[in-house]
Amino acid sequence: MLTTSSPHRPEPLLRLDGVSTWYGRGSGRFRALHDVSLDVHTGQSLALVGKSGSGKSTLMHVLALLDRPDEGRLLVDGVDATRMSPRAIGRIRNQRFGFVFQQFFLVPDATVLDNVVLPLTIAGVPLVERRRRGMAVLEQLRLAEKKDNRATALSGGQKQRVVIARALVTEPDVVFADEPTGNLDSATGDLVADELFRLHRERGITLVLVTHDEDLAARCERHVVIRDGALGRPEVAA
Amino acid sequence: MRTSDLVRAAVGNTLRSRVRTTLTVLALFVGAFTLTLTTALGAGVTDYVTRQVDQLGAQDVLVVTAAADSAPGPARYDPDTSTPSGAGAGPLPGAAAGGALTEADLEDLETVAGISDIEPVRTTAVDYVRVAGGDLDERYQLTIAPTASIARADLAAGEQLAAEGSAHEVLLPEEYVEPLGFADAEDALGTTVLVGVTDVLGEQHEVEAELVGITNPSLLGAGGGAGRALVEELAELQGAGVDQRPLYAVATARFDPSSDDAAVQQIKDAVADLGLSAQTVEDQLGLITTVIAGITGVLNAFAVVALVAAAFGIVNTLLMSVQERTREIGLMKALGMSGGRVFGLFSLEAAFLGLLGSVLGSVVAMAVGTGLNAVLAAGPLSALGGLDVLLFRPGSVLGVVGLIVAIAFLAGTLPARRAARQEPIDALRYE
Repeated sequence: MLTTSSPHRPEPLLRLDGVSTWYGRGSGRFRALHDVSLDVHTGQSLALVGKSGSGKSTLMHVLALLDRPDEGRLLVDGVDATRMSPRAIGRIRNQRFGFVFQQFFLVPDATVLDNVVLPLTIAGVPLVERRRRGMAVLEQLRLAEKKDNRATALSGGQKQRVVIARALVTEPDVVFADEPTGNLDSATGDLVADELFRLHRERGITLVLVTHDEDLAARCERHVVIRDGALGRPEVAA
Repeated sequence: MRTSDLVRAAVGNTLRSRVRTTLTVLALFVGAFTLTLTTALGAGVTDYVTRQVDQLGAQDVLVVTAAADSAPGPARYDPDTSTPSGAGAGPLPGAAAGGALTEADLEDLETVAGISDIEPVRTTAVDYVRVAGGDLDERYQLTIAPTASIARADLAAGEQLAAEGSAHEVLLPEEYVEPLGFADAEDALGTTVLVGVTDVLGEQHEVEAELVGITNPSLLGAGGGAGRALVEELAELQGAGVDQRPLYAVATARFDPSSDDAAVQQIKDAVADLGLSAQTVEDQLGLITTVIAGITGVLNAFAVVALVAAAFGIVNTLLMSVQERTREIGLMKALGMSGGRVFGLFSLEAAFLGLLGSVLGSVVAMAVGTGLNAVLAAGPLSALGGLDVLLFRPGSVLGVVGLIVAIAFLAGTLPARRAARQEPIDALRYE
């Protein structure tokens, strides 16, 4: 496996350069991230750990191009994303990023298959190809027979596997997972985590996890601890 | 996102929340229903009146009468033109009643450029009509419209009067069919009838004529029509060889039907300079169509008020929908959907609501209207044959649907803009 901070690394996949963000305004204004610099390399598994309110989710949102930093730069393959158009940013999120959220964010009345292929639908992939790719991902996650079920009719573990299938259907470079096991019991959570790390190992997908679950964080190659919006210990090998 | 997927998603979302969609569509339904009926009412009545007024003359005919005396008060007596009965009364009620036309007037008319075939219309006062060989008790009074020979009658059966020829032809209104002993209008055609006139010396004469057509009951007087040859014959008989001052109520003249408005106006001005008045069929139609347009305009205004209320309903429905689906919108934006496409999705949902409401509204309006036509034609309006009160034209129904879809789309732009502007991260955090 890759080791951290080798001098011969190629261009990092994601690079944060002196990023700060603020929330609120006036006297209630506070700094959520404080001058954070961080590189994420292709094929890494990275855990962002910290207490609730430490800014770890904000950091992930900035990395995932869901939030714009107020100061500093984010480079994607060396290109400054803070200067990109919303359309270009949308395209990167659609084609190169996959998202796994704690609250699942499934469309309640749509079928499992329709939920899984949503990123492809947004990208404008034709219907037949969407079905083919959607079914292929559902097979991998052993959800093929659930394809016509309503998303709401699934158990928590199944829902999260559908969400993982949706994150993978575009064959992304990076999967961002925000407390992926937070809403699951520990046995189901372990299964879901196994799934994520298997994909990371087998396909070389870069994994960025936000968690306060130490067991889950321990499975990542690299830890970044965030405390009060700043990086505590920059890099710790697993 | 492909447009086809966008449309499918919009339709799916609309049908998902059934109660809300139904209530919103109901408001649009009322607007579409009303607007379809009022435009059909306008079209139906206008169509009927147009057919009625066609009876007054062909499109290329000018009806020339002596101009009305413009001075206020009673008209001064003039031994040359004044007639005891005011025979100059125009063919429409309310048309200018001036003097009569003299031979000199007709000669003057010949000098006007752009008109030809100037024909004085003689008036005859007919006593009665009866079937040849029938019972003398079965005689019925009849009036003959002076311009029938140049007009196009609104026929229930048979043919128009021939413009030329020496055959004696007559048209009778439908109400004469039964009293004269015919089974129906078709049965009456081709029969020889006798028209009775009394001459100036008090002697009664009968003239044979062929019944060529039966006319629908008319708004504009239920007179019969007589061909030119028959009118001449009747007028001769009535005169009884006594030398009369030739006075005519009306003269007709033809003009080039391709003339534009300016050319027609020029002719009218030239005729007016002679102290006469010329009217085209359109002029005679003018007042009636203005009144009808006014009435349908008011009715349409009510329908539009209903639609404006419905538009606010759409705004409200979609704002609630945007609020409710904040997380879904956030997800779609997080997964890379552009603001423009989100806007398109919600606008399409609004347009689809409009389409549902307007199609349902106009289909039901057409069904109700067709039933209503039958009921009205059999009941209160049976006296007006050939009248469909509600006339549904495909063009105007499509126009109503298009208008409502456009209104719905416009109403949808406000909520759609709100949805499109949502930041994905705010929407995902929203609880």
